[in-house]
Amino acid sequence: MKNHDIVIIGGGPAGMAAAVAAFDSGVRDVVIIDREDNLGGVLKQCIHNGFGLHKLGKELTGPEYAHVYAQQVRERGIKVYSGTTVTRITSDKIVTATNTDGILKIQAKAVVLAMGCRERSRGALNISGTRPAGVYSAGTAQKLINCDGYMVGKRVVILGSGDIGLIMARRMTLQGAKVEAVCEILPYSGGLTRNIVQCLEDYGIPLHLSTTVAEIHGSERLEGVTVAQVDQNRAPIESTRRYIPCDTLLLSCGLIPENELTLNAGIELDKVTGGAVVDQFRQTSIDGIFACGNVLQVHDLVDHVSDEAECAGASAAKYVLGNPSECGRITTCAGEGVRYVLPQRVLLSGEQVSLYLRVREPQTGVKLVVKSGERIIKTFPRLKAAPGEMEKLDIPMSLLSDADKTLTVSMEVQ
Amino acid sequence: MIYDIAIVGAGVCGGMIARELSRYDLRVCLLERANDVAMGASKANSGIIHGGFDPEPGTLKQKFNTEGRELLFDAARELSVPHIRNGSLVCAFTPEEEEQVRELYARGATNGIDNLHLISGEQARALESSLSQGVTLALHVPDAGIVCPYKLTIAAVGNAMDNGVELHRNFEVTGIEHSGGIFTLKSAAGESVSTKYLINCAGGHAGKVAAMAGDDSIEIIPRAGEYMLLDRSEGKTVGHTIFRAPSKEGKGILVSPTADGNLLLGPTAVRVDTPDSTQTTREGLAAVARSVKESVPNVDLSRVITSFTGVRASHAAGDFIVGQSKTVDNMINVAAIDSPGLTACVAIARYVTDILGGMGVQLDRKPDWCGKREDTEAFSKLTDEEKDAVIKQNPAYGRIICRCEEITEGEIRAALHINPPALDMDGVKRRTRSGMGRCQGGFCAPFVMKLIAEERQIELEEVTKNGGSSKMLTGRI
Amino acid sequence: MTRTLTCIICPRGCTLQAEINGDSVSVSGNACKRGEEYGRSECLHPVRTVTAVIRVENRPDCALSVKTAQPIAKEHIFDLMAVLRGMTVKAPVAIGEVICDNIYGTQVIATGSVE
Repeated sequence: MKNHDIVIIGGGPAGMAAAVAAFDSGVRDVVIIDREDNLGGVLKQCIHNGFGLHKLGKELTGPEYAHVYAQQVRERGIKVYSGTTVTRITSDKIVTATNTDGILKIQAKAVVLAMGCRERSRGALNISGTRPAGVYSAGTAQKLINCDGYMVGKRVVILGSGDIGLIMARRMTLQGAKVEAVCEILPYSGGLTRNIVQCLEDYGIPLHLSTTVAEIHGSERLEGVTVAQVDQNRAPIESTRRYIPCDTLLLSCGLIPENELTLNAGIELDKVTGGAVVDQFRQTSIDGIFACGNVLQVHDLVDHVSDEAECAGASAAKYVLGNPSECGRITTCAGEGVRYVLPQRVLLSGEQVSLYLRVREPQTGVKLVVKSGERIIKTFPRLKAAPGEMEKLDIPMSLLSDADKTLTVSMEVQ
Repeated sequence: MIYDIAIVGAGVCGGMIARELSRYDLRVCLLERANDVAMGASKANSGIIHGGFDPEPGTLKQKFNTEGRELLFDAARELSVPHIRNGSLVCAFTPEEEEQVRELYARGATNGIDNLHLISGEQARALESSLSQGVTLALHVPDAGIVCPYKLTIAAVGNAMDNGVELHRNFEVTGIEHSGGIFTLKSAAGESVSTKYLINCAGGHAGKVAAMAGDDSIEIIPRAGEYMLLDRSEGKTVGHTIFRAPSKEGKGILVSPTADGNLLLGPTAVRVDTPDSTQTTREGLAAVARSVKESVPNVDLSRVITSFTGVRASHAAGDFIVGQSKTVDNMINVAAIDSPGLTACVAIARYVTDILGGMGVQLDRKPDWCGKREDTEAFSKLTDEEKDAVIKQNPAYGRIICRCEEITEGEIRAALHINPPALDMDGVKRRTRSGMGRCQGGFCAPFVMKLIAEERQIELEEVTKNGGSSKMLTGRI
Repeated sequence: MTRTLTCIICPRGCTLQAEINGDSVSVSGNACKRGEEYGRSECLHPVRTVTAVIRVENRPDCALSVKTAQPIAKEHIFDLMAVLRGMTVKAPVAIGEVICDNIYGTQVIATGSVE
């Protein structure tokens, strides 16, 4: 058994930023365990630009953003176990992992979970029809094209208008494929508006809202899909069924935090976010185990992942260096119009607390209201709010007190 | 070369017959139209080892179920195929269904099946806490079990090959000539195989194959059954296989753990046009969901990882067809093998061997025959210390390719070599479970593709999902 | 003439109103200076940064990610892609290396490394 002060699980943007922050907070024995051969996680396949505006003040591509953090990891001499997959984490922070040298066991003082997320598969979507080749989750196709250099198809339909779906519509088009349509089952797109403009409108790719893929056709390779508009219950409307010939269907229908290790460690999970229940220091229900990035909540901007990971890394360092402070705690909860609020617990410590949340539906002219019981703590007006864009509300700690038990955040139309 | 025996169809019956015949000094080949074995009903069924109470007394179904159940458990053990004797419960919700369940109990006694118990709804819920409050009576069958049907088929064929049987894949029989006591089978690709004896195990296509040889007595009715498979996290929702009281259509929609630890829901039973109608439908999946919620209300349908359809080969008379063709000499039909065909397959294989003996085939036992097959999932069952030792010998076992199921490069490379070697993505999946977990190959597919290309020494663009034109890629960027 | 645009400079995605009079464009609705520049450019000569991958001749299952150092005119995007599709590089290549100089008024540079 090896010993390390802080073990970071995952070498993507969250893991790298957490490691750097932990190191810079004074803990030298920090290691990253990464299942891939090179640091960077999913950023390595996100070759498009738009990363780093907030965090680094310049617009970078995914691999470039990853490179900045990988350099920081290297400069600090942080050890990286690459090509190493963690298979088990226990509540007493023993991490078991596998690599080509054998089975590795590490006793950690603190653990930071940064495993990222996976894509919702065709099976989970329960799309009916046959099971031919040519049905890919968008991220898998993105890896094959951008990292391995192979094309997955020539005539494409994309289901789901999240950012990955939009980015892949442009990517496939630039690489010579014909993207017939992007279908979105909801009445609005989950992607950023700028991606609809620069990925679809620039190339004349139609976006069909309230539309889904009702059936998959083809025995060996995909031959076509039947698309249909959906009713209020998201069920296909028979009279609107329409066949589109295609050899490829890309699915971009949501991301799911990868929390199997978390669950097996006995950490409490939030059913809505799919990630751990945490306080504002990103500590989970087990002392000394922290979580950040897409394994905690699915983010829309990598810059926010880095922010969150720095918080988790610094908190892990503080935990290891040992200055526990007893303080009151408040729970948060999602009120009217709000899908979730993170952190789920707030410790009455520090200058201010940032609450992150997603609204349920797009809305213009709203205010986000933070209340304790009937007492309004703070109100945040917004010109528009959408599920695809995470909201951040900063609340001065001076506004909170031991008397508050639960903070409720709700969206009200102004 | 003229084979002594050619078996058409590498499903579980064809595979088990091949394995049984591999005991003897015979030249045997197994012809399969697909790119892999177990590509018909054998890969998409409930995987149940039935107790034997259900078939009508005096039928072949009853004979082979009764004889076959323990033979199947033995074969699964010898072939190192995942199986569990988990027991089953047949549940009644209404007075009519109670009557049916009592009938099954009585029929079981007639069929010579002991260890059957009629229990109250309360007792059933004591055995299975998730069971619906609506269950009023149940038949408890402790001796029933579950087995992975496609792994059983793969293992049977593999063991037959280890003992000298030849497997020809992508051999779709399109014509059969029979002259001078020799059958000549022609394939769609223009190949031909000659044999003295012919065994027709062509599943949904058994009627067509028999007719090509001159026997047009078999009319197969394809019946589709849709299933949903849930994540391993849900595998312990029930311990027993939970049946509803049977209907005219079949044994009804069940809820069962699988031998691999998932939760299986289904099947529906709908007559379809062709044995290849394996598409799923919105209605079918909805029907499965509805029925399941009645019998086990806390099944978490948000944990579905995939859905699929299996097409069973039924027959108007309702019984199996196993025996010499009445019109074509030296041909044996093994047809209309729907439920309980999986349970019956070893008994059928023995019976077919006896028929061949009766037809004058010389059955000389090979002294070096070995009925055991190595456990291809042995690595996953090792302790950390044992795994460490294996990895130090072969580092490929230290590279996890499928993170959901924790399948290593070493296991995938082995599946591309061990009889019958996987040739495509689905073949690797069925042998190793790589890509069968919650992400359904989202992460591992690009890596598995590379391993297939490397081991088979083909270009990456040539890798297929399941043979034919099911290519994964369309070229370089 | 007036045009309504969505700014693509940052994730905020401001809705812009552009009043076009010949070569002069006045932009409103922008939250920052860059939005104003975007609005003007989009009306007069729209440009985009192009990102892509190119083949690495001595690494068969590996691609090199690249981008244009500056945005290029929208109408040249597919021409540039055709050039990049026909190109290969030889590893090793380091991030930031110039892959193609002086093409549609800019350079193509590596955004990743291949060892």
